[in-house]
Amino acid sequence: MKRTIRIILANPLSVIGVILIGLVVGSAILADFITPFPTHRGTVVDFTNFNQPPGWPNIMGTDLVGRDLFTRIIYAYRISLILGIVVLLLAVPLGVTVGLMAGYLGPRVRFVLMRTTEVFLSIPPLVLAMSIMGVLEPTLINGMMAVTVMWWPWYSRLVYNLTLAEREEGYVLAAEVIGASRFHIMFVEILPNCFPAILTKMTLDLGFVILIASSLSFLGLGVQPPTPDLGSMVAEGARYLPDSWWLTVFPGLAILVAVFGFNLLGDAMREVLGTHQ
Amino acid sequence: MTAPLLAINQLAKTFHLESYQIHAVRDFTVDIWQGECLAIVGESGSGKSTVANMILGVYPPTSGQISFKGEPLGARRTKSQRRALQLVQQNPFSSINPSRRIGATLKLPLNVHDIGTKGERMARVEELLGEVGLPADYAARAPSTLSGGQCQRVAIARALASQPEMVVLDEPTSALDVLVQARVLILLNELRKKRDLTYVFITHDLAVVRNMADRVAVMKDGQLVELKPTHEIFDNPEHDYTRRLISASPVITEEERDMRNRLREGLAMEAVQ
Repeated sequence: MKRTIRIILANPLSVIGVILIGLVVGSAILADFITPFPTHRGTVVDFTNFNQPPGWPNIMGTDLVGRDLFTRIIYAYRISLILGIVVLLLAVPLGVTVGLMAGYLGPRVRFVLMRTTEVFLSIPPLVLAMSIMGVLEPTLINGMMAVTVMWWPWYSRLVYNLTLAEREEGYVLAAEVIGASRFHIMFVEILPNCFPAILTKMTLDLGFVILIASSLSFLGLGVQPPTPDLGSMVAEGARYLPDSWWLTVFPGLAILVAVFGFNLLGDAMREVLGTHQ
Repeated sequence: MTAPLLAINQLAKTFHLESYQIHAVRDFTVDIWQGECLAIVGESGSGKSTVANMILGVYPPTSGQISFKGEPLGARRTKSQRRALQLVQQNPFSSINPSRRIGATLKLPLNVHDIGTKGERMARVEELLGEVGLPADYAARAPSTLSGGQCQRVAIARALASQPEMVVLDEPTSALDVLVQARVLILLNELRKKRDLTYVFITHDLAVVRNMADRVAVMKDGQLVELKPTHEIFDNPEHDYTRRLISASPVITEEERDMRNRLREGLAMEAVQ
């Protein structure tokens, strides 16, 4: 723990990453207590105060129906983070299992699993997600499904490559000679040695999942109104540029802060866990 | 006469690579008797480790047969066959999983072969650590906190955990420095006597062979060129290759040998204490 703190403090970028993600996650969790307008996350309409530029008490201005933009943004963070975490909780175990099996079990298993992975990887991610969302109803759950489907192959390829290297290690041979099951060798012997790389990628990816989910909702294929979402906020505001600039700039900055923050945090993780070698 | 513990009969292994084949082992026949230490020597690529891997069932032979206590060993080993044949590898840092505690590493063979009740296994792990000269509290340690020699002791303890009858030692000391080597060899000799083990000692270090082995099998290009009791191999090497192998190993004078033996006795005393 002391070592972790020392490594993070040694790099100013890591400190910035920790602070940004602290702000994003903190505001998402404590949203109800931070904002004076918690009801503005929903279908509140206040035509006496619509489309106002940043000022007081609406520090980021108000949207087209008079809702506080700052409130909308921190609730959008909450949705984005939940979406990102759920996507990774689904995609990572799936990708990791496929990668371990492809890397450790025989050549036939490898052929089937890795060719499947490559098929998914070869489709441009946004196109894949868009076609899934085009078929399904645009809801939060379906959005998560769509992003998950395009995300697991990256983990299967990462873990596949790690497993190919680990299976040559003596401890795998030792476990085989002892007669341990293949399940034990894959999940108890090999997997823990892949954790640092997986955790680093997960941190980096949380930002990218939020970005992709925002892109989907920017195109109208993600979370639907009145649920606050950064992508759809940018899309709505884009029509009123440049006069009502705050409608797009603040949600856009919010996406930037989250993605940038998770990237810096991912780099910090890499240093702490020693994954960079 | 009784049957050998392990009978290797006309063993051969061919690896098929994309454009060519490698005959790693050809027509290798040897009987290994209960309680002996058979050294397999030869230069790199002579097929020593391939023989070891086939004995352990890592991969099946291309042709030929290995029998353990008169029963042929198939491609899929039974639990009791796996339990009886164990391995100590060359690189102790690679053979111990860096992300598991020493205790977990030593418990694996106990769990796989269902040795003792679950409650007894931790005590058994501590016993094993004691047997290889390590303190019992090492069970809670991470491998990264151990030296090469200590890791190799853990690897030996793991090999012994399943109470094997035969241990294949695949260059167990060549990654260690000289003093540590001597200690590990002393330990291996003690354990062999105490547990009545049979060793297959794979090495290219003839000084080690002289100290450990009862018989020596010399391999070259995948074939057995000479098989004799240790003193005969050194006194009267028949095959030209054996002669070259012996002449290539560092010569020690009688005085040097005496001094080394005195040092080793000292170390043995240390190890006992």
